[in-house]
Amino acid sequence: MSAVPTTTTDQAVAPNQHGLAQHSHGPGTAPVQTRSERFASTDPSAFPEVTGREAEWKLSPVERLRPLIDGELDGSPYAVMYPEVEGISVEWIGRDDARIGSAGTPEDKAAANAWASFEHALHISVTGEGDVLTVTRNALDETPRAAHVLIEAAAQSSGLVVLDSQGAAQLSENVEIIVGDDAQLTVVSLQEWNDEAIHLSSQFATVGRNAKLKHIVVSLGGGVVRVNPSTALADEGADVEALGVYFADAGQHLEQQVFVHHIAPHTVSRVTYKGALNGAGARTVWIGDVLIGRDATGTDSYEQNRNLVLSEGTRADSIPNLEIETGDIAGAGHASATGRFDDEHLFYLQSRGITEKEARRLVVLGFLVEVVQRIGEPALEARLIEALENELEGAA
Amino acid sequence: MSTLEIRDLQVSIDTDTGKKPILKGVDLTINSGEIHAVMGPNGSGKSTLAYTIAGHPRYNVDGGTITFDGEDVLAMSVDERARVGLFLAMQYPVEIPGVTVSNFLRTAKTALDGEAPAIRGWTTTVRESMKNLRMDGDFAARNVNEGFSGGEKKRHEILQLELLKPKFAVLDETDSGLDVDALKIVSEGVNRAHETTGLGILLITHYTRILRYIKPDFVHVFVDGKVAEEGGPELAERLEDEGYDRYLVEA
Repeated sequence: MSAVPTTTTDQAVAPNQHGLAQHSHGPGTAPVQTRSERFASTDPSAFPEVTGREAEWKLSPVERLRPLIDGELDGSPYAVMYPEVEGISVEWIGRDDARIGSAGTPEDKAAANAWASFEHALHISVTGEGDVLTVTRNALDETPRAAHVLIEAAAQSSGLVVLDSQGAAQLSENVEIIVGDDAQLTVVSLQEWNDEAIHLSSQFATVGRNAKLKHIVVSLGGGVVRVNPSTALADEGADVEALGVYFADAGQHLEQQVFVHHIAPHTVSRVTYKGALNGAGARTVWIGDVLIGRDATGTDSYEQNRNLVLSEGTRADSIPNLEIETGDIAGAGHASATGRFDDEHLFYLQSRGITEKEARRLVVLGFLVEVVQRIGEPALEARLIEALENELEGAA
Repeated sequence: MSTLEIRDLQVSIDTDTGKKPILKGVDLTINSGEIHAVMGPNGSGKSTLAYTIAGHPRYNVDGGTITFDGEDVLAMSVDERARVGLFLAMQYPVEIPGVTVSNFLRTAKTALDGEAPAIRGWTTTVRESMKNLRMDGDFAARNVNEGFSGGEKKRHEILQLELLKPKFAVLDETDSGLDVDALKIVSEGVNRAHETTGLGILLITHYTRILRYIKPDFVHVFVDGKVAEEGGPELAERLEDEGYDRYLVEA
């Protein structure tokens, strides 16, 4: 665990009490008592007008997102690049395909807008063992667009899929992830957009019996990037490791709303998100909801978010919520900390001759790399570490 | 031949109840190749001396001087002190997430030498030094001090001592928390550095146990922020028999 000071700076909203998390809602005005009862629909018109006061929007720059929330979206297929990999196939499937919708339903109007607008879904099917595939999207433009991605790991398969997004975009999308029984799937959602890009991604995962999903959100580029991964652990022994790394520069808004729903007994979740903020107007939001349902006995969960503030003029919101509906759990905990450099880290490095500037670089990089190291794929880890080094280069 | 000279050093820390003086006028001179043991009861200011030499920001120097071959150490930043050849083996080294031992050692060596070490030679040197300290090869891939046992942390400190080749090293209770086997291994490392590089050593310890393996030329007894008595190795033997009680009674 990092020894970043636990002084919380710039925190806008205090964490809710255990079991008392209240959230806003869809139609009607009665507050929803648990996270799982949040309104969901694939029909954007079923959602009321977005005011920016809703639980799912209140920390987002709603006005910049209007075209994706309310506007017309281009849902036609777009260019994707990927190498041929044995054991992982990629194809476009029609929106009426029966598999679509099996992992989740939009919980906000922009996601529903995307759902209603996409024409074809990108289907990535993992059937082999230990294969790695990177799908790159770098030929979008400023046209507001809808997309749908379905990543499916067959029972007992294993593999790693990277969704690498670069260049320009105004994109609202839904990503469904289905992990079959005894499968081991790693999904990396890598946002390396240009400075103007706007990206809303609602990601829904279901994890099968004794299966494991490792889900990693890496947000480095983009003007507004909001990736909201939800995981349902509906089968016994299902396990999710939800990781995130983000680095917000001046003017960047990087957000993630993470939800883990323990439904079945003996399910495990570990959520670790770490971010750094540098420059005026750098803004990050992390909301982590964990709900342990009444049948989810013997579950084990822990979620944490840590933010490292590198300059004045930044704001990091960090809001962990934990709801527990059963008394019989193996463990549940959460932690959140937002702070500046740990002087003891700098002292240790400097006492070995390393300059203060280099020591700071090492500490920030290490703070974020600690999450990258958990991916378990050396080539990808090296590439991400390099991307983080480039971010830091810009920050120095 | 270099000299580290401490004159009338007065150091305080800030506490909730105000400034608290810790060192009340310390004089010490260490030359290259000499081993000085600083001994004393808890709270006598031994660790404060160690951290003040290294430049930890928590300690305020209220008076006195520290010079290295005549140069003003107190005017140097923490990293400058390391680059002129001072080293502190810490009692409680911090964990640094995400920074591997191998990356850390290479970065430190590069900072000290002003250029990166040749990769192949450096890798071999690191591996051999680790072997000498009975450290597993996978150690280099672990994050600095993360999940290290007490003994592993101390070995890692001495590994750095051997690889970074300082001119003077302050060992702050390197013996604490070590079993006999680990103490021997760590002491061998210190003695190797002493023999091969002519290292000057300030060995801070509460107990005489480590002095069976690292033989001091001089012994200084610290009591209440000052040197209460000085002598040769025989003073350590006397302390082993009598403890610190007689100084405390006098104080």
